[in-house]
Amino acid sequence: MLKWLHPYAKAEHSYALAGKLMPWFLILTIPSFLVGIVWGLAFAPADYQQGDSFRIIYIHVPAAMMAMAAYSTMAIAAFVGLVWQVRLAEMAVAATAPIGAVYTFIALFTGAAWGKPMWGAWWVWDARLTSELILLFVYMGIIALYNAFSDKVLAGRAASILTLVGVINLPIIHFSVVWWNTLHQGATITKFEQPSIATEMLIPLLMMIFSFATFLGFMILYRFRNELLQREQHRAWVVKLVQAKQRG
Amino acid sequence: MAFTSFSDFLAMGGYSFYVWLAYGVSLLSVITLISHSVLTRKKIFKQVAQRLQREKRIKAANNREHNL
Repeated sequence: MLKWLHPYAKAEHSYALAGKLMPWFLILTIPSFLVGIVWGLAFAPADYQQGDSFRIIYIHVPAAMMAMAAYSTMAIAAFVGLVWQVRLAEMAVAATAPIGAVYTFIALFTGAAWGKPMWGAWWVWDARLTSELILLFVYMGIIALYNAFSDKVLAGRAASILTLVGVINLPIIHFSVVWWNTLHQGATITKFEQPSIATEMLIPLLMMIFSFATFLGFMILYRFRNELLQREQHRAWVVKLVQAKQRG
Repeated sequence: MAFTSFSDFLAMGGYSFYVWLAYGVSLLSVITLISHSVLTRKKIFKQVAQRLQREKRIKAANNREHNL
C-alpha cells in the first residue's frame, strides 16, 4: 500500500492524479444536483406544517453536513501532515478550508432565511446556531493563519495545528440538539432509526447531499492543484506545464 | 408536481422571499468560490509565464553584453 502510494507523495504525480479524478467528481455532481434541486423545489410535496418554506432544507442540510465532513477531512489531513510530515497533506488542509467556510456560510444563511418565517427570528443564540457560527470563525481563522505566513511550510503547519484544535467543535455541533434545549430541530436522518421524513421528500434530499459531497471533492482537488502549482512554481514540472500551455 | 402553474411555483406558497433568498445567496456563494478558484489558477500560470519571460530577457541581455 505504502509502496503504491509513495509515487503520489511526489507533487507532480499528485497533480496528475488529482487532474485525472476531477472529471469523475464533476460527472457525479452535475446530474445529482440537477435532479435533486428540480425534484426538491418543484416535485416534492409541501410540508404539512411548514408549507413550501421547508424546501430550504435541500440546501441547508447538505451544506451543514458537508461543512462538517469537510472539517473532518481537513482534520485527518492535518493529522497526517503533522505526524508524518507530509507536505501534500498540509496543502490539502489549505485547499479545503475555504470550501468548508463557504458551506458553513450557506448553512448559516439558509438557516436564517428558514428561521425567520418558522421561528419568527433570523437568528437566536441557540446551541446549534452558535456552535455552527463558531465553526465559521474557526474556518476563517485557519484561512487567515495560513495566509499570514509567507513561508508556506510554516503556514501549513500552523494551519494544521489550528485545525486539530478546532476538532473539539465537531461533536459539540453534532450533539448540540441533544445536549441542550434548542429551537433547532433534531436530526431528520439517522443511521439507526427510520428517517422522520416522507420518502418523496427524502430522495431529493439524499441526492442533494450526494451532489454537495462530490462537489466538495471536486473543489478540494481543484484547489489542491492550485496549492501545488503555487508552491512548486520554481520546479521544472510547473515550468514545463506553463510552457506547454503557452504553446497552445 | 407540487405546483399548478409557474407563477404558483415562484410564489412558493407565500414563502417566495425566504426560499429564493436562501437559494440565491447559496448560488452566489458557490459561484464566488468557483471563480476565486479559477482566477487563482489563472493568476499562477500568468505569474510563472511572466517570470519565464523575464528570465529569458535577462539571459538575452547578458549574452549581448558578452558579445560586445
